[in-house]
Amino acid sequence: MGEAIVITSGKGGVGKTTTTANLGTSLALLEKKVCLIDTDIGLRNLDVVLGLENRIIYDIIDVVEERCKASQAMIKDKRFDCLYLLPAAQTNDKSALTPEGMIEIISELKSDFDYILIDCPAGIEQGFKNAVAGADKALVVTTPEKSSVRDADRIIGLLEQEDIEPPNLIINRIRNHMMKSGDMLDIDEIMQILSIDLIGIVADDDEVIKATNHGEPIAFQPNTKASIAYRNIARRILGESVPLQNLDQKVTFIDKLKKVFGKN
Amino acid sequence: MNYIAENEQPIRIRVELGNRYISTQQEEKLKEMFANQQNFIVDHIISNVILKQTALDWKDDTAIKLYNKIIRSGQVLNVIGDLLLIGDVNPGGKVVATGNIYILGHLRGVAHAGSDGNKSSVIAASYMSPTQLRISDIISRSPDENAGGMMECGFIDPSSDQIIMDRISHLARTRSDLSVFERRIING
Repeated sequence: MGEAIVITSGKGGVGKTTTTANLGTSLALLEKKVCLIDTDIGLRNLDVVLGLENRIIYDIIDVVEERCKASQAMIKDKRFDCLYLLPAAQTNDKSALTPEGMIEIISELKSDFDYILIDCPAGIEQGFKNAVAGADKALVVTTPEKSSVRDADRIIGLLEQEDIEPPNLIINRIRNHMMKSGDMLDIDEIMQILSIDLIGIVADDDEVIKATNHGEPIAFQPNTKASIAYRNIARRILGESVPLQNLDQKVTFIDKLKKVFGKN
Repeated sequence: MNYIAENEQPIRIRVELGNRYISTQQEEKLKEMFANQQNFIVDHIISNVILKQTALDWKDDTAIKLYNKIIRSGQVLNVIGDLLLIGDVNPGGKVVATGNIYILGHLRGVAHAGSDGNKSSVIAASYMSPTQLRISDIISRSPDENAGGMMECGFIDPSSDQIIMDRISHLARTRSDLSVFERRIING
């Protein structure tokens, strides 16, 4: 029996879709059978981030309205055999999907997959309600900005009213030097306000944008900070205890020397 | 009884009902009777008993309501009587009470005490950095550059009719009538 996890944030543009794609990839790398569901009807992106846009034939609305089976709408990832995507429709709007429809699809998929990751649209309206309906767990994504923390707080409040486990937090797009200088909210401040469990921190990395534009999730590359962060979160989802990443730049002996001589 | 002269001052009397209860209409009627016929004015009517409902409302009004949760953005907690919140009020969250508000936690949102007009209500928090404080119909906004303070308390300063802040420990001087028991006696 699989587990359905919704990835949500309230505010737009904090990295829900990127997180979904990368956690899906990371879980697939750990040889779990994963299905990603895009519930952002009308504004689908997850297929683009995964580079699967050209493979879409049916979408989730076709499944709900019984024009096809869920297995027909599902797209197999080009890199893994155990990663699938159920894409959103681009022509309908959010009202085409209902919470009941979602519950039905997810309960059907749970028997086939280890993890079902649901990419939630921004906002707190119908789209959010649909995305949360079938989920067992929730991950809340926020960035170290006041506006995004505020929206995350609102979303956590709404999630607490749902019948799911207490949500976990991912802090995305951390710029270490700004956090240190106090120009960005630091992790402790965010945790104090939101007071839920932290499941991972992800550094802001240009490579993420590059990878997204190539339709290749960053988690696929082994050596960037962001990909390690996503892989760590995936391992924590599996129940492993992995220490939080140290975001400090490594200071080499040469750097120290340069500092001593005032060159940098 | 007509020997009382017309221009004489009316005599104020107090009616004691003992263990009897009369309704407001009956009270009016009684007052009218006295006012029409004799040179008496009923000052007040005292009874040993009150309606169960009145007593319950009264209890509700003076009781401290305990909540143990975080009030997050977009959530509103409405309370009749005093509020004791164990937890934070986050920015965008709001707590409203007809009585006093005590917060064992971080107040970052809006707190409104004395929401039905009680100007003597206070708002106290372990850590005070609210977006707004409201007491009765008076609103105060935190200064734009405010780090907040530990163990602070806001109340209305009667001389300026504005909300001022002070340390909780100083509250005993300005609001010695805060404790529930004393207030009950005053109300009674």
